[in-house]
Amino acid sequence: MQILARYINTATIFDVSGDIDLANSPEVRKALLHEVRENRPPRVVMNLSKVRYIDSSGVASLVEGLKASRDLGLRFILFGLSPSAREVLQLSRLLRIFEVYDNEDQALAS
Amino acid sequence: MNGVRATQSLMKTFRRARERDTKPHAEVRAAASKNGLLLKLELHSDPRLLSAVRGALERLTEVMGLSAPECRSVTRAVDEALTNIMRHCYGGRLDQPIEVTCSRIRRRGAVGPEEGLEILLCDRGPAVDPAKLRGRPLDEIRPGGLGLHLIRQSMDTVEYRRMRGTNQFRLVKYFNPVKSQPNC
Repeated sequence: MQILARYINTATIFDVSGDIDLANSPEVRKALLHEVRENRPPRVVMNLSKVRYIDSSGVASLVEGLKASRDLGLRFILFGLSPSAREVLQLSRLLRIFEVYDNEDQALAS
Repeated sequence: MNGVRATQSLMKTFRRARERDTKPHAEVRAAASKNGLLLKLELHSDPRLLSAVRGALERLTEVMGLSAPECRSVTRAVDEALTNIMRHCYGGRLDQPIEVTCSRIRRRGAVGPEEGLEILLCDRGPAVDPAKLRGRPLDEIRPGGLGLHLIRQSMDTVEYRRMRGTNQFRLVKYFNPVKSQPNC
């Protein structure tokens, strides 16, 4: 799993690739919370188009990122969900609480 | 060899108990092999191995003819169950034994025999408190506690037993085989 940050205007975009599971979800959580709490960009955007699988610990990391963002009045956005990632958010009844877009253009135009 | 014998004996004991307990459901083992065994994995409780198990389950479910969503469901359930074993039964220790045994089973459904995939996960951690296997309500938005819910949503049968110092989680998915190869 790789997570890299890039910065476009007022957004921080995290490009994540590989599976997010128990072995690496702490890394995702750490990167997200550091960015949200230290840099406070108005928009934190997760590019999940190269993530094929997310487990419950990965979902928990996203929820933590969302809550930390909301606490500071920032937006937390996801795009490029794979069928598996979409299913896991649906089954957890969490899909509706995230801002989700199909691609980066839509996410940045929102 | 002693470890292998102990495992075989454990599996035999569990099979007998399961056959006894599931008789009302008329579950019958497939004739594909003597005991329906399809795949057996032994691994340490190292989270880095989860992706290897997912890969094996994805291929196995494809070969068995499950649909793409069913392949993802089974893979997800096994992955979440293993995650729970690694985190809660073994407390994050990386070198503890886990067995994953996949077998073909059948049951009589309303319109004829139904094919199923049974996955038995065994670990030697402390006994699990059944009260903790209920999961949490999903109404509150907070991280954690989702694994059990995902397992239950993904599988038709989820059972836990403690037997001779071993935790045994039994997961079953029934399906109608599809002829084309799905892309999981």
